[in-house]
Order: sequence, then structure tokens, then C-alpha cells
Amino acid sequence: MQFPTTSSPFTPASNTVNRVMLQVLIALLPAIGTMFWLFGNVLLIQLLLACSTALLAESCMLWLRKKPIKMHLLDLSALVSAILLALAIPTIAPWWISVSGTLFAIIIAKHLYGGLGYNPFNPAMIGYVFLLISFPQQMTSWQQPFDVISSATVLDHTKTQLGLDFSMGKITTSPLFGYIAGKGWEYLSLAYLLGGLWLLQRKVISWHIPVAVLLGLTIPALTAYLIDSSRFNSPLFHLFSGATFCGAFFISTDPVTAASSNKGRLIFGGLIGSLIYIIRTWGGYPDAIAFAVLLANLAAPSIDYYTRPKT
Amino acid sequence: MTKLAHFHGGLKLTAHTLSVPIIDSSLPEELIYPLLQRANHYATPIIKLGERVLKGQMIATVNTPFAAPIHSASSGIVKAIEPRIIAHPSNLADDCIVIETDGLDAALASRSCFDYQQKSPEELRAKIHHAGIVGLGGATFPTATKLTTEQDIHTLIINGAECEPYISCDASLILQKAKEIILGALILQYILQAKHCIIAVEENMPQAAQVLKNAITHSIQLISVPAIYPTGGEKQLIQVLTGTKIPAKALPAEHGFICQNVGTAYAVYQAIIQGLPLTERIITLTGKGINQPQNIRTRIGTPIKHLIAQSGGYNKKVQRLIMGGSMMGIALSSDEIAVTKASNCLLALTSGELENKSSEMPCIRCGDCATVCPAELLPQQLYWYARSGQLEQCQDYQLLSCIECGCCDVVCPSHIPLVQQFRAAKGAIIIKEKQTAQANLAKIRFQNQQQRRAKEEQEQLAKAEKRKATIEKMKAASLAKKKSL
Repeated sequence: MQFPTTSSPFTPASNTVNRVMLQVLIALLPAIGTMFWLFGNVLLIQLLLACSTALLAESCMLWLRKKPIKMHLLDLSALVSAILLALAIPTIAPWWISVSGTLFAIIIAKHLYGGLGYNPFNPAMIGYVFLLISFPQQMTSWQQPFDVISSATVLDHTKTQLGLDFSMGKITTSPLFGYIAGKGWEYLSLAYLLGGLWLLQRKVISWHIPVAVLLGLTIPALTAYLIDSSRFNSPLFHLFSGATFCGAFFISTDPVTAASSNKGRLIFGGLIGSLIYIIRTWGGYPDAIAFAVLLANLAAPSIDYYTRPKT
Repeated sequence: MTKLAHFHGGLKLTAHTLSVPIIDSSLPEELIYPLLQRANHYATPIIKLGERVLKGQMIATVNTPFAAPIHSASSGIVKAIEPRIIAHPSNLADDCIVIETDGLDAALASRSCFDYQQKSPEELRAKIHHAGIVGLGGATFPTATKLTTEQDIHTLIINGAECEPYISCDASLILQKAKEIILGALILQYILQAKHCIIAVEENMPQAAQVLKNAITHSIQLISVPAIYPTGGEKQLIQVLTGTKIPAKALPAEHGFICQNVGTAYAVYQAIIQGLPLTERIITLTGKGINQPQNIRTRIGTPIKHLIAQSGGYNKKVQRLIMGGSMMGIALSSDEIAVTKASNCLLALTSGELENKSSEMPCIRCGDCATVCPAELLPQQLYWYARSGQLEQCQDYQLLSCIECGCCDVVCPSHIPLVQQFRAAKGAIIIKEKQTAQANLAKIRFQNQQQRRAKEEQEQLAKAEKRKATIEKMKAASLAKKKSL
């Protein structure tokens, strides 16, 4: 009897890209739920806009590049980018914000660099930074949780007030504050943390990057706080403000753009964490996840080069 | 209980072990022996066409330490020496000795010997070589050559840790021949003059461990190791048992270790004590594509189809025929191929058990491959370099230390055939190195020739000058003579 021949191993693969992305999407559900609770239906509109734009852009680009459309749509990577971006955009931003941001992310940051696996920068963060630089006004006015009034986020507020030489004790009495950070936003941070822990438990991501990001942020924050608590935010405030947990567990762990060895991941994560602190404290932007991640993306190949195991 | 170490990476794979007794294969009509032994080392036939051979008679000899002689596994007539498809990844035909069996199974007289300690290690090594014994774990490196080392060997490891999911021939051999294996181990220990001897089995074969425990003698240590693939790899096993990490380029012997498979230990017992050459081995026949999976003691040279027929034949869903395990075996194109000394397992796999390579996606650099790599390589990086033909980078990232275990392939979420790429790149590197060596040789030859020519030229010039000088002198002398006259 004759048989076809192939190369070993002859064992079914234990994982698929689609499964990895699907688990990331599932882990985002608590955060989506919390945001829906905080801001209402507008969130769904933003998500819908971003997702449909992403799928459409992805299909067009795949068609232009003569790649299998169905296979790559099913890998869900475009959806992950779109949802991460939509969650980062103010819910009351006009429709063209999420559409143009998603188009930029999928077309320029992803496909012009070669599509899935080849993009040096995190597409969602490129989309976000594109929007933040081009439309700063629309990108910084957030709805207040449980309300329709828009205002600055606590990070933004604290930054301005500190600039006006108010002390932290006075600033935190603002109605924008909840228990330790922005009112309502604290719950969202917890939701990201929950999803992230689930990803860790499912071994979709390894602990190295998130832990390093959080430590990279906490250590300088704690040091500064201990030196002068009236001029510097507490480390807890930093952890629960802005997109810290989202960045640590969901953004910086994107394998394509991160360092790949464990030692490299620790350096990569630590770099992101400390960049977040530096930009938040001394930089021009209130939150810093996107810039920190993109700068670290830039360093990832070098980190990989210098941390390769010696055999 | 000794504390065990861990090697980097590895995988916990689902075991498909068999728990049926070993059966003996019936006599096939033909026995086929490929002359190709290991990479580029051929055996030379010492029989003539039409000659009658007996069971245990040497039919081909070797003149290199990297191959072992071949013996006929039954009596019969040498029918042909012709190309047949052999068990090789290329699935190409190569010269084979074909013996038509006569059904008598008449054996050459064998000489038993009970007091091996009366003989010198050299004598025993020669006997092992003449018995055609090679490493039966699958690598088929000649055992006598492995035992000939100038290094001081302190530990002999008898490897019973079959880690490939489907293979159970070693476990079944232990159940049946524990005493003989132990005796074989003692002979090996005596030859090497090794202080320690360890027999390693996997934790998931408690029966085999128990049998060995009952048969074991004072000087041998029995250790159960965790069933993590590829614990059965030589360097991995040494690391687990002793904590010593053998560097990529070094041989275990350089660090005082030698590993031998349990099957090899049994073959050594047979060769030394019973005086029998290696003509049989145990093969695991399994997979969902076969009707009666079993461990079968078979004559080396038996065509696979004969064994399949004896195991109830294929069922309809069979898709692939593999020699070796599911992780590192080779796919055979036909069941006309004969089993060799290397064949520890034959797998008839159905599509459900097979890889799903059709859906290859781009690498997302998740690094799972690097996490499981027992050689501590970076498969994701090697893949980029191998794919773009950057062979120097491949070597820089230690591609040649890849043991082709297949762990990276199994965990890759993008289903990239990594090992296949690595094999191709390794082949290209070896060819390139050969070419460089040849080019260097040619260059040195050319330079030597140039130098020689230059030297000859100079010598000739010097000679001519000398002659000229002598002539001048003579002229001057004759002139002086003339003047003086």
C-alpha cells in the first residue's frame, strides 16, 4: 500500500491564533461591561463603528494583497485591535473619530507593514496616537461616569492643578475623585485587572510583561510619593488611573510587538512602566500608555537581540 | 529518593501506551537489508548471489567505525542485491541484500560464554562490533564505537525512558527480559569501568519499574523520571538524572557519561552471554489506522506489510505510515519497506491523529516555541533566518543544536512547520560548509603550487646565475692564462 509523505511531527497542534485572540476578546468582556455601565449605549455605538470599520478595512487590504480573506478575518486579530482602540476613545467622540482611527490602525499600522505578525508597532496604539495628535480636543473630553456632562479625566485634572501649584491633598477633594482614583474609573481598572488575571490563568499571556509594567510604574511612583506626597500622586492612584491595567495586561502583551524571551519581556515591561510614570509626571500628555508602548515597541528587537539565551 | 533536575522546556504529551504481551512475528518470505547504514556509511556484501545463508550469518561487513555489520535473521538464499525503497526520509531506492527465506530457520552455531569478566574489555567490544549491535533507541550509532572512548566514564545510563507518546517497545522488553537487561548493563559497566550505573524509566510505567526493582543488583540504581517529552533524549536525560547540563557542542562522554538504550543492553547480553548477533528487535505497531495494535518481536529485514498483516491489517481510515514515533519519526511512502535496526515503532495514523498543517498562519512571535525548546533555542528567530536563507545567522543562533524533537511545531498557534524548515536549513548549512571546506582546500593547494613554482623559478634563476658566474670565472681564468702566456 502507498502512502503520502510529510515531515515530522505527526501530532495535531495544541493551539491556534484564533483561539488566542478569542480568549483575549473574552477577557475584555468585564471591561466592556463596566464601561457600558459607566457610559451607557454610546459605548456600543463606538464598538460597532470600530469593529465594522476594522473588518471592512481588513477585508479590502487582504483582497488587495491577495491573501486568504476568510482565514485572516477568522484569526480575529483585527477585531482585537478595533475593540482595544474603541475602548480607548472617549465615548462621546464623533463617529468619524473611531472610523478614521481604526482605518489608520488597520491599513497603515498593520497592513502596510505586512499584516498580522509583521507590524513593529501595536496597531491599536498607533491608531490612538494618530487620533490624539490630530484631534486633541475630541480625544481628551470624556463623559463623566454615570452622567452626560463631559470633563477632563482625573489624570488630566491632577496634571493641570499640580501645574497651578495646588497640593495633592487639595486636588483629591475634587468631585472627580472616587476612593483612590477617578470616580467610576476605578471599577473599570478592576475590570481590566480581572480580565488580565484570567488571561494569566489561561496561560494566554505570561506574567513577565504585566508584572514588569506594574513594577516599573509602582517603584518610581512610590519613591516619589515617599519623598513628597503633596506634589506626587500615590502609586495606587497611578495603578488605578487611566489605562494602566489595560496597558499592562492587554496592550503591552501583544506578542507581535513585544520582546519574546522571558528576560526580554521583563525589560520590555519595565521600560513601559517607567515610561508611563515619566510621561505622566513630566510629559505633555496626561495618560501615557500609548506612547510608552510604542517607544518600547521600537526597542523590542534590540531587547530581543541582547537577551537571547546563551547556549 | 534522589532529587531530580529539570531540563528547559519540553511537553507533557498524551501517552498511548499498550498493555499487551509481546508476540513473535512469523517468518516472512523475504528479508531485505539496505546496505546504507547511517548517513553516507555503506556496508559491503560478503555473500554471493544464490548463496545459502544461515540465521545469524554475517552477510555484509563494514570498514568504518560509524556503521556495524549486518546478519541474516533467518536461513535462505541470497535472491538479489538490488535497489529497493528504503526507510529514509527521501523515500528513494537504494541497494539492498534480499534473502528468500527457506522456512527452516536454520541457525549458525553460537558459542555461549558466562564469565564475561574473564575477558578483556577490548575482546568484549570486538564481540559487540561483530554482533552488529547499534543503539536501538533509534539513532543506530554503533555501540562498540560508543564504548571506545578515551574519556574517563564515571556513569553509565541505561535509558528506558521512552518519551514519544506511542512507543512502548522498551517498556514491554523490560517486563519480559528485566534480568537480561540488568546483566547487559553490568557487561556495559564492566567494559567502560564506570563507577555508577543508572537505569532510568518513566513515571508512567510503574509495572516496568517494579519488575526492574525485583531484578536489580547491588551496583545499579533505578530512577523513575517524569514523563515529559523529550526526557528520553540523551542530554535531557543526563540533566534530569544528574543535574549536569551537557553543552550543545560537547558529547556526553566528554563529561563522563554514556547512555545506552535498554534494547541495546539486551542485545549486548545476547551477544556476549548467548553468542547471538543482532537479528531481532521489538517494534511497537500502533495507531488508530491499524486493527490490532501490539508489540511484536520481529526479524530485522521483515517487510512492514508482513507485520501489518499479522496485526489485523489497516482499517479504512488510515492516512499515513510512520516509522518511529509521532514526534520524530519519518513518513514512509510504502509498506514494502523493511524494518531496520532503527525501527522502534510503526504508526498507522488516521487523519484525526495527524497534524493540521494546511492552515499555516504568519508567526505572531508568541514565543511559545522558545518556552518549550529543550535545546534552549529561539525557534521564532531561527524561522525568520531559515526562511530568508540567512544561514550565517542561523548558525549564530545555534541551529545545529536543534534536536528536531518537534515540540515547537506542536505548540505553534500559527501551525508553522518549523522542524521542516530547520531540517532544510541544516542541510543547506552542511552543504555550504562542505563547499567552503573544498574551496579552502583548493585555495591552499593553489597557494602551495604557486609557492612551489616561485621557489622552482628562483632555484632555476639561482642556478643560471651560478652557471653564468662560473662561465665568467672560467673566461676570466682563461683570459688571465692567455695574458700570462
